[in-house]
Amino acid sequence: MISAGDFIIPFIMLCIVLHGLWNDVDIFELFIEGAAEGLSVIVDILPSLIALLTAVGMFKASGALDLFAFAAKPLADMVHLPVELLPLAILRPVSGSGALAIFQDILSTYGPDSYIGRVASVLEGSSETTFYTIAVYFGATKVSNTRHALPSSLCADIAGFVMSGITVSLLMQ
Amino acid sequence: MMSWLFGGMIIISVLFASVSGHISELSNSVLNESSKAIQLVLTISGTICLWSGLMKIADRSGLTAAVSRMLSPITMLLFKNMDKNSPAAKAISMNLTANLLGLGNAATPLGIAAMREMEKELHDPYTASDNMVTFTVLNTASLQLVPTTTAMLRLNAGAAAPLDILPCVLVSSLVSVLSGILCSRFLAGMGRKD
Repeated sequence: MISAGDFIIPFIMLCIVLHGLWNDVDIFELFIEGAAEGLSVIVDILPSLIALLTAVGMFKASGALDLFAFAAKPLADMVHLPVELLPLAILRPVSGSGALAIFQDILSTYGPDSYIGRVASVLEGSSETTFYTIAVYFGATKVSNTRHALPSSLCADIAGFVMSGITVSLLMQ
Repeated sequence: MMSWLFGGMIIISVLFASVSGHISELSNSVLNESSKAIQLVLTISGTICLWSGLMKIADRSGLTAAVSRMLSPITMLLFKNMDKNSPAAKAISMNLTANLLGLGNAATPLGIAAMREMEKELHDPYTASDNMVTFTVLNTASLQLVPTTTAMLRLNAGAAAPLDILPCVLVSSLVSVLSGILCSRFLAGMGRKD
């Protein structure tokens, strides 16, 4: 199946290359120069990623994540968020691949067109891996005091989770 | 902040695993997760290099400046005291464009470039500016217009109409982004008083 999404990336590449050739810049030399700069970015973000992913992995493995899900159940009930989705909601901000694995598991267990499946899809589609983003973005700078970046981002995440339950029960049932 | 997050998770994990008997799983995860971090970086490093190469071309040919001019009404609204022709404003606009199109892998290197440009304008090199926080919040909330990965997984799982969730996703994303921005404005004001 061909989807419109498949066109976006090749199309953007085409635009960049054509615009570069049209304006007579040395596109190959510039590409090599930019890609080399990309390598130094990777070296910069690696240490903070190792730190954060290890801590998150330990948190999952210790079972503390499951306890959090149990403690958050009364809150979830209030906003129509099925309790089966709590591990997904908690994991979503910390681990993109972990959340994706749980999301796939939910889709195959409950079906993509069930209430649970739909809320899970909206939750997955309307949020990002907050901790990873913060680690990568601030890891690339010398900033150690991130101020209110984490609380504000988590506030956005929580609003997204609450809205995924509400929107599906209002717009789709 | 990051020290407390990092330390807190490790302390809770070790204490909790000792009590609940998950200590061998915990020990395994310590060894596995650090090598998984390297694997993750290796898998994303190709696209990071590819996009920083392409963006170098776009920057030199003037394409970046053109996109950033189109988005400047929005960026000027969200970011304070920013010159719309500065390298930071350009990088921010390109990152927001990539996010809206759902190009997560392209958005990351552009976002890093934007953070580094904003870092140059800092008075205290170790403390984030309001603009850096706003920018991070925009990137941690999903700006994506069409959730392609989610739709693809729904299609594979046999959904009748994989994108029927789109209105819900757009409403949720919008509320999420607005809450994050409002919260950061509020906390920025609080922080300045004391």
